[in-house]
Amino acid sequence: MHIDWAALGSVFGVSLIVTVALVGAFTLGIAGLSRRESASAQGDSAPLATTGAYACFAACAAAVAYGIYLIVA
Amino acid sequence: MENFSLILAIVVVTALAFDFTNGFHDTANAMATTISTGAMKPKAAVAMSAVLNLVGAFLSIEVANTISKGLVDESGIQPEVIFAALVGAILWNLLTWLVGLPSSSSHALMGGLIGATIASAGMGAVHGDVLVTKVLIPAIAAPLVAGLAAMLATRLTYRLGRNANGEAAKKGYRSGQIASAGLVSLAHGTNDAQKTMGIITLALVTGGAIAPDSDPPVWVILSAGLAIALGTYLGGWRIIRTMGKGLTDLQPQQGFAAQTSAATVILASSHLGFSLSTTHSVSGSVMGAGLGRKGGVVRWSTATRMFAAWGLTLPAAALVAAIAEYVTSFGTWGTAFVAVFLIASSAAIWVVSRREVVDHTNVNDTDDTNVDDTNDTEETTDVMSTAIAAVTPPPPGHVEEPDTEPATRTATV
Repeated sequence: MHIDWAALGSVFGVSLIVTVALVGAFTLGIAGLSRRESASAQGDSAPLATTGAYACFAACAAAVAYGIYLIVA
Repeated sequence: MENFSLILAIVVVTALAFDFTNGFHDTANAMATTISTGAMKPKAAVAMSAVLNLVGAFLSIEVANTISKGLVDESGIQPEVIFAALVGAILWNLLTWLVGLPSSSSHALMGGLIGATIASAGMGAVHGDVLVTKVLIPAIAAPLVAGLAAMLATRLTYRLGRNANGEAAKKGYRSGQIASAGLVSLAHGTNDAQKTMGIITLALVTGGAIAPDSDPPVWVILSAGLAIALGTYLGGWRIIRTMGKGLTDLQPQQGFAAQTSAATVILASSHLGFSLSTTHSVSGSVMGAGLGRKGGVVRWSTATRMFAAWGLTLPAAALVAAIAEYVTSFGTWGTAFVAVFLIASSAAIWVVSRREVVDHTNVNDTDDTNVDDTNDTEETTDVMSTAIAAVTPPPPGHVEEPDTEPATRTATV
């Protein structure tokens, strides 16, 4: 009986890392936007937080695009 | 169409029926978290999932081709065997839907094929080691991988986002959930709709209606896509309820972490060559997300019932399929009897389900109707055991009864 432990292991590792990275990036994006929200409530702007947030979302969008690519390919 | 015999027509219709049950059985995988956290309205969620399933069905025919070309020896397989396999898979899908338990449609189909093959060709036709590597290990690995990833992701998102509340955060988590649920739907369409296409194509080849090694005909792709989309749209609300509310209580952060983890695991596993069941991954990630939040709980009684259903899926579908195959071997009247039995028991299950309707209006209501969740599910299982008692006399399909009973631990209500 041949069990492909390597494949299973890489599924384990990749899933873990990608999930945590994606969720982390997305949450940072959300945190950035919510900082901008509270800043603009005080008539302020938070350019750094906003740019960072959009960078995070762009990374997530790229990951989703890659996911779609995997499905189609 | 002289080549298109009656049995072939029956197989095609049954395969589409299986595809339909597959759709509504698995709506929960993509949409349960989205619905239970309120990210999308129930109807909108299932509609979106249905559309993406349909789109997914057209994206590629690779999975369909692996089933219809070369996996089994076409010369040795009769349309009746496929028919019997589908009967087993459909009945198991409907039964688990009735009790609201998520279980893998692929395992049901595999079990059905195994059972029917054993009945027609004997024990030797099944490879035990393949069973372990393709079924048993993935079934254990999927919830572990997805659960662990979801748990860590949940912790992380609560930690990083502890200062993020307000409108922006709410909107963010909502769109994140919708995106990852969309990915799961799309992946499901490409995988599961294609399984049915593969089966139909295989049947057409064995029945001699199309040449061996053909790609699925367009009408097969179209009808399989539509059947799974229709099933998805009608929604297996009972399973959505279990998955979204029954296993644990999900907040938007958890729903997002769970769905992202599930999408990642599904894509990573199918791409890296260790295919994991969508159902198992999603259930695992929902439980992981439940454990990841401080004060979050997983209702292990519901989880245990679900695990039991996973364990029973393959043998139960196999048993039904084996009996169905045995009956069809008596000839035309045997096949007719199995067909009538399938329709009758499906109708019976539907009638029983109407006693306690779960639909888009009350899918999130567990807490209102019953104070305690265990109560609720126990009520459902009780309905189920009465159902089984009611639909006797028990020819083929109801052999699961002794199997299901201990797993569900029916309480007297």
